[in-house]
Amino acid sequence: MATRLQFENNCEVGVFSKLTNAYCLVAIGGSENFYRFCFAHLSLSLCSFTSVLVFMFENSAFESELADVIPIVKTSLGGTRIIGRLCAGNKNGLLVPHTTTDQELQHLRNSLPDSVVVQRIEERLSALGNCIACNDHVALAHTDLDKETEEIIADVLGVEVFRQTIAGNILVGSNCALSNRGGIVHPHTSVEDLDELSTLLQVPLVAGTVNRGSEVIGAGMTVNDWTAFCGSDTTATELSVIDSIFKLREAQPSSIVDEMRKSLIDTYV
Amino acid sequence: MSAMDQDTGMFKVQQTIGSVLCCKCGVPMPPNAANMCVNCLRSEVDITEGLQKSIQIFYCPECGCYLQPPKTWIKAQWESKELLTFCIKRLKNLNKVKLKNAEFVWTEPHSKRIKVKLTVQAEVLNGAVLEQSYPVEYTVRDNLCESCSRFQANPDQWVASVQLRQHVSHRRTFFYLEQLILRHDAASRAIRIQQVDQGIDFFFGNKSHANSFIEFLRKVVPIEYRQDQQLVSHDVKSSLYNYKYTYSVKICPICREDLICLPSKVASGLGNLGPLVVCTKVSDNITILDPRTLRCAFLDARQYFRSGFRSALTSRQLVKYFVFDVEAPVGEATVGGQKYALSYVQIARESDIGKMFYVQTHLGHILKSGDQALGYDIYSANVNDDEMEKYRLSVKNGLPEAILIKKCYDEQRERKKGKPRAFTTKKLPMEMDESRGARVDPEKMENEYEEFLRDLEENPELRFNISLYKNKDYQESETASMTDGEGAPTVPIEELLAELELSEEEEEGNDEEDMDE
Repeated sequence: MATRLQFENNCEVGVFSKLTNAYCLVAIGGSENFYRFCFAHLSLSLCSFTSVLVFMFENSAFESELADVIPIVKTSLGGTRIIGRLCAGNKNGLLVPHTTTDQELQHLRNSLPDSVVVQRIEERLSALGNCIACNDHVALAHTDLDKETEEIIADVLGVEVFRQTIAGNILVGSNCALSNRGGIVHPHTSVEDLDELSTLLQVPLVAGTVNRGSEVIGAGMTVNDWTAFCGSDTTATELSVIDSIFKLREAQPSSIVDEMRKSLIDTYV
Repeated sequence: MSAMDQDTGMFKVQQTIGSVLCCKCGVPMPPNAANMCVNCLRSEVDITEGLQKSIQIFYCPECGCYLQPPKTWIKAQWESKELLTFCIKRLKNLNKVKLKNAEFVWTEPHSKRIKVKLTVQAEVLNGAVLEQSYPVEYTVRDNLCESCSRFQANPDQWVASVQLRQHVSHRRTFFYLEQLILRHDAASRAIRIQQVDQGIDFFFGNKSHANSFIEFLRKVVPIEYRQDQQLVSHDVKSSLYNYKYTYSVKICPICREDLICLPSKVASGLGNLGPLVVCTKVSDNITILDPRTLRCAFLDARQYFRSGFRSALTSRQLVKYFVFDVEAPVGEATVGGQKYALSYVQIARESDIGKMFYVQTHLGHILKSGDQALGYDIYSANVNDDEMEKYRLSVKNGLPEAILIKKCYDEQRERKKGKPRAFTTKKLPMEMDESRGARVDPEKMENEYEEFLRDLEENPELRFNISLYKNKDYQESETASMTDGEGAPTVPIEELLAELELSEEEEEGNDEEDMDE
């Protein structure tokens, strides 16, 4: 189920967060509201009737959605908050740029599950989030990426790497949002390109927009297999497109399938 | 679908533009810079915001002009190009957007509204260019322009007047001037033209119009003028003074064919030109010819008015002579395009055939025995001229008894009497001056005008600056049959202009073939 939110009044959610199937990274923001969301939303994906008055003791949208499912790590990379654009990762691993400090690296290693390999790479193009778009099986890379980096990506993330452009744009990471079930690309992508990419990635693709016509999909939203977060400017049409291509309506986090949670009312708002 | 690119040998994939959903309404559309369909974009952004949609303009119903503030009035027809340009210029903020198209929307003419549909283009959002049409409504308010309101208040109101005078006893110069003015449209801006005893008064609404008229006059006749003004009103607060200007213009009294006795100073200034001279041509210079030496001199207006001599004998005093014998020319000269030949002739006055004179004349080239000529009878004339008296006393042999001026065509004219001329002339719309008691004798005027027309016929150089029109009643066949001897000089038909007739079927253009003079 796609959710709309803002980070410090900015709709570019994909810049300040990174969502994968195994973990979620968020930037250190001024307001906790970024994370605030109804538990109901999470439960809604499990069962249809859930009270709207649900309250959460951890006021974080991400956390409310994902809290018991995957770890949510607040971090910075290289002292900046634009972590979504600096790092690239999937459930197997996380790649961070050379600007990441040792403390941040350690913090990440500590917070993330052990199955996730955190690797710092020396690469001239340090905005890895802009250069690499990946899901759990396949990745698209910037055409000018180093050979070693490509090998590291294939190694750490366990994916097949393809050097590609999207709609003539070399920053593949910012121009598409990819999950294991589907992907959205830059709206100016031609039909032939769409077919080619779809064949490469083996997932259905659609050309669309996010955040009221913004063409930079990767920066405007972040997605994993069962949920997506978009900027609050996203229109209903765009939201429906996102829902349909990523197949979010029927999505359920695999780890919660077995567990049925009852909603707890702690305090009234 | 790949296509081979022959030029570069590169493999180029054909790109088909896909379609995305409009982010607002969800209708599939080709992607654009804003990623919204046109309707959503239009509803989102209004590029005509801040542009003027209704405005007031002022129109003068008398002269059909529109006001461009602060003071200019622009003449424009209903729904014309000038009106469209004017309407668009009045809009204030139109430089923020690009104007693509403008056209009138029909409104009822008496609704006092003009509607213009403008199509503008502007850039919105991230570089998407949006085009939008919108109507602008102009409310037309009636407001008399300054000149019309002044005219309404007092139709005879003039600001500048030119009083043209020539102190001679005939009106030949004014007839000629009238034709010149008509040809050059110099008096088109005159409010009123009034004919007075020895001249014409022109009234103008504007001082500059009067000035330009005087400049025109200065080029065609030698004039001297002075300007005076009279205070009409005075605005104390802004120190604006309203005047009425009057120009008093005097045309030099020397006319063609006049006999002049030059004062000694002028004669010596011109290189001892014989004091008795004949004036042959008056344009902006006066051309005088000494009939004894065939020498010619030019005096311009300033030179003339410095001395201000008058003619001794004018064309009214011309007397008819019979020419009995013309001797071979002793000298020839071409002066100012005109050929002259000096020869001795035997002549006698028509009134007194018995008395023969043996005189020298400059018309040796055209006179033949048996001709008639017009000339000044100095022998028996009572000339009231000081210079002439002085000269008569000073010269040893006495004055020449007669000076012939031109050949006379009266005999030939007898045959043509009563038949209409081949050409007609137009007239200026003049008022007659009734106030001073009708000293103007209509018959005298007729005779003078007839003489003027004869003058035109005889002198091609006079016709140079004048437009003559074909006489519709004239039948050509009559004169074509005149084969006996030499006919009276007429205006060749090539010089005549056909008048512009605007009939319902067709328009006759001016078939003007003016000869190169």
